[in-house]
Amino acid sequence: MRYLFLLNRTVDALPEPGTAQAAEMFAAYMEVTEAMAKAGVLVDSAPLTPTAAATTVRVRGGQTLITDSPAAEIKEYLGGYTIAECADLDEALRWAARIPAASDASVEVRPIVAARPPT
Amino acid sequence: MSARLEALVRAHWWRAVASVTRAVGGDLGLAEDAVQEACAAALAQWPASGTPANPAGWLITVARHKAIDRQRREARRNEKEVAAMTEPPGAPGQAARDPDDELALIFMCCHPALDPATRIALTLRCVCGLPTAEIAATFLVPEATMAKRLARGKAKIRDAGIRFHAPTDGELRDRLPAVLRVIYLVFTQGHTASAGDALVRGELCDTAIGLAREMDGLLGGEPEASGLLALLLLTDARRAGRTDAAGNIVLLEDQDRTCWDRGLIADGEAILERALRAGRPGPYQLHAAIAACHSTAPAAAATDWRQIALLYTELIRYEPTPVVEANRAVAVAMAEGPAAGLVILDAISSHPQLQRWPQLHIARGSLLARLHRVHDAMAAYQMALQLELPAAEQAFIIKRIRQLQEAH
Repeated sequence: MRYLFLLNRTVDALPEPGTAQAAEMFAAYMEVTEAMAKAGVLVDSAPLTPTAAATTVRVRGGQTLITDSPAAEIKEYLGGYTIAECADLDEALRWAARIPAASDASVEVRPIVAARPPT
Repeated sequence: MSARLEALVRAHWWRAVASVTRAVGGDLGLAEDAVQEACAAALAQWPASGTPANPAGWLITVARHKAIDRQRREARRNEKEVAAMTEPPGAPGQAARDPDDELALIFMCCHPALDPATRIALTLRCVCGLPTAEIAATFLVPEATMAKRLARGKAKIRDAGIRFHAPTDGELRDRLPAVLRVIYLVFTQGHTASAGDALVRGELCDTAIGLAREMDGLLGGEPEASGLLALLLLTDARRAGRTDAAGNIVLLEDQDRTCWDRGLIADGEAILERALRAGRPGPYQLHAAIAACHSTAPAAAATDWRQIALLYTELIRYEPTPVVEANRAVAVAMAEGPAAGLVILDAISSHPQLQRWPQLHIARGSLLARLHRVHDAMAAYQMALQLELPAAEQAFIIKRIRQLQEAH
């Protein structure tokens, strides 16, 4: 079985790359990530950008509705995930709109941080 | 500093930011900062050295160098790949105009993944070159709040991967309404301040008309872009008649039509006719046709209300909102009598969105007064007064209530 671990954080912002705080965070995550890789259980792991870069997609009556930031006002439960490699946000939104969850509830598109902070 | 130079620099802002954004691979924030610096340099140097033969070319060349320099410095600092950043071709002063870049810029600023208020702010800043302080004053927020909104918008564009590219045909169809909406909202913000005393902020109206004209040109007369331009011209033509010398609002029916701008009306009508000939109607063309009915009527009594009611009926197909229905009710009341209009208004007046819309209560008050239901009319006007209104409109309603009391 494959699991998505949802890693919550208390502060939305990521530490500034190159700072001691970033290095410390990176090292702490690397420790467990490497251990999981060594154990053969790791598929992928990466931080997400702050929620300010999130975009929510809904499809209603055949119309794609795009809104800034996470969907906060409606009670919805995380029911799955997809990781896709796209050229830009427009391509990601086109795919997201085709996922059934976009018609039933919504799909939040969150960019995964591309480069890992330097140690 | 000379206002003429500032206007000259502002006139090339859109093109300059678009060109530099392209040159630095889509980094809008970097491009805008560089254009800002180039403009400051121009305002410092040109009075002494004289304005260059090609001011846009000068600005773009200088801004591009500044932006690429900074990009290289930051790349070195971050120990990243520098090789990808090569000087783009184009000798100084010869930067060719690229409509695709200009479209790419405004579609980027109006991307649906951005909050609507952010789209307007980014468009005014990055496309029109308005200073942050001026945008903040327009929307009645502190400058720091507006600066933060702009910074967040640019960060979202960068972090979420909103790419700088000319819209494809499909994107143009899907996203043009969002772009036109931003331009329309800039105009209405100038036309009627949502609060405060400045009823007509002429400069903002001019900015919106400039944007609409550029869009119409860039899209080669796309009917809805032309429709928006026609709508703004036909509405703005009445600017001088909308307020009296004391700044009080004057109802359309009471306006002095001789002070309307005939040139703008003719311009708007011609653009609307060209748009309608394409046979692809849309909401802005319909709004423009309604504005044309008003602007071309020689007197208020000669207004073709039957035609206006029909146009609103068509408009409901595109904008099925209670606000459009309320406007249709007013037109029906004018064409067929207040009772017919009141039936439509009362049918929709329980809508919660409309309850908070002062124009509903003002329209009901007016129809009730014409039906001699004085107490009901005064109650409707009182409802409008409870809501947030520009000072000029408030003064107008208070005057109406006093007239009803005196006549009673």
